[in-house]
Amino acid sequence: MSANNPSDLPVVSDRLAHNAMRNVNERIIEALLFAAAAVSVLTTIGIVYVLVSESIHFFQHVSIVDFLTDTQWTPLFDDAHFGIMVLVSGTVVSSLVALLVAVPMGTIIAIYLSEFANAKLREIAKPILELLGGIPTIVFGYFALLMVTPLLQKFLPWLPGFSLLSAGLVMGIMIVPYIASLSEDAMRAVPMSLREGSYAMGATRLYTALHVVVPAAFSGLAASYILAISRAVGETMILAVAAGMQPNLTWNPTEPAATITSYIVQVALGDLPHGSIGYQTIFAAGLTLILITLMFNILGQWLRRRFRENY
Amino acid sequence: MQNNSLTTEQIRALIAKGKLKDTIFKAMGVFCLALALLVIVLLVADMVIKGSERFTVDFFLNFASRRAAQAGILSAWVGSLLVMLVTAFAAVPIGVAAGVYLEEYAKRNWITEIIEINITNLAAVPSIVYGLLALGIFVYQFGFGQSILSAGLTLALLILPIVIVSTREAIRAIPAMIREGSMAVGATRWQTCRYHIIPYAMPGILTGVIIGLARAIGETAPIITIGALTFIAFLPPVPYTTGADGVTAGLFDWVMSPFTVMPIQIFNWTSRPDPAFEVNAAAAGFVLMAMVLSMNAVAIYLRYKMRKNIKW
Repeated sequence: MSANNPSDLPVVSDRLAHNAMRNVNERIIEALLFAAAAVSVLTTIGIVYVLVSESIHFFQHVSIVDFLTDTQWTPLFDDAHFGIMVLVSGTVVSSLVALLVAVPMGTIIAIYLSEFANAKLREIAKPILELLGGIPTIVFGYFALLMVTPLLQKFLPWLPGFSLLSAGLVMGIMIVPYIASLSEDAMRAVPMSLREGSYAMGATRLYTALHVVVPAAFSGLAASYILAISRAVGETMILAVAAGMQPNLTWNPTEPAATITSYIVQVALGDLPHGSIGYQTIFAAGLTLILITLMFNILGQWLRRRFRENY
Repeated sequence: MQNNSLTTEQIRALIAKGKLKDTIFKAMGVFCLALALLVIVLLVADMVIKGSERFTVDFFLNFASRRAAQAGILSAWVGSLLVMLVTAFAAVPIGVAAGVYLEEYAKRNWITEIIEINITNLAAVPSIVYGLLALGIFVYQFGFGQSILSAGLTLALLILPIVIVSTREAIRAIPAMIREGSMAVGATRWQTCRYHIIPYAMPGILTGVIIGLARAIGETAPIITIGALTFIAFLPPVPYTTGADGVTAGLFDWVMSPFTVMPIQIFNWTSRPDPAFEVNAAAAGFVLMAMVLSMNAVAIYLRYKMRKNIKW
């Protein structure tokens, strides 16, 4: 009101000073928030640093050719062999079993929920799937060892107490919610007009789902399958509990075998001195694991770009 | 050209065939859903029935023991609780701050892009790899040892992507007019976040935090990897009390204590050949399931309420 009065000037400059203070505070806070966001980048750098630096020590003792071609994995014996393929075979077999369960089941549930079920059923089914996905893997391991294996033994009496089969089956059940919920999201994103066009031509619901909606949502489905593979390859406790931890180069799911992850658990349970070759093997195994999951992630991103449909 | 004219009978048969296929598929869908539900029911029922004889007060108040009937989960549930405390204290501030930064502050440039790609990729990293990271960095480089602190920080890194993503989703749902209104009356960007954005996003953030903690409390692999012990017959020191060795514990001494957690106790009991320990594993498994499922149920309920209540 009395802006022309000179006695008001100091007040204004006070407020300006206050304003400058505010700007400094803002800057500090922004820097802190940025630091928090950068933690994720530091985590990645940390993972790469730890795995690579310990693996370099490991590969000074063991040649990469031996590591990839040896058919024995006996790192803790006097006659030490370091053939990672032994562990990879266990991982591949158990993951295949899991995917044979999870992909059909997850896809069927997704198509059913997105194309057939009414809203009410969906409201009930989604939380159930979420609860299934939330069950700790150690509990699934207990389930595989003490319930699924005895059940399978009724049909296959010669099945050993530990097997890749029962661990893989339970792993499949564990993965179903991931595939179902991601695939359903992808299919629900397909515009209604495509379905209406198909129905108008006289197609049934199932025909529309399989020949119109699924192809249109294919990039999303592929992404969910890739995530499922990552989960299966990285799953640890179900295998450590129910598949036995004996290194065994096999492609037969009814045998017990160690996987990359269950080997790491086995070593960690023992008491290996920091810096020994046995200690370094788990980092070499971890590096192999990360490279496998990375490979699938890159494949997934390629698939998503290749098959992306825009409406 | 073929003869395209179908008789009415043939058309009816075609329609019936299509409808039959639809029905068969519906039945398959219901069957698969029922199978998923059946697994949960079987799992819970089995653990309740098998573990029922252990549901006593003693089971919660006893330490692990060589004799199955006397073994309890005291050190395990206390350990789980303390590890979760550290995890929450680390993951919530960092995760919320990172989410706020990415939504409210970050410019569209390559640094932001790297951070976003990173968060997406970290969510797909197998949990055991976090264990290896923690073994190399926390346990040996930082010298935290095989302590509650190492385990808590490891799980915090593990659930960070979950907290960040849910924070971002909650913030994104807040309309721009809230920010504009706040800034129009002279609030700075941080004041807008502090007094408007974060409080309004709180239910969504809380949902993400609960889901993250529910995942963390059931994680076994990374904690085994950093070397948690399976047989612990003592509790971490309570602040400001004097132990048997005559040393008074400081406020934060417990974070450096060795520990065990529920999943590791279950793993230990499951992998013993003596079937008497199966009963313990079942009972402890039920307790863990009850913790995880009730946390998930709270999160699902919160989200359901939120969707109903908030209309901007």
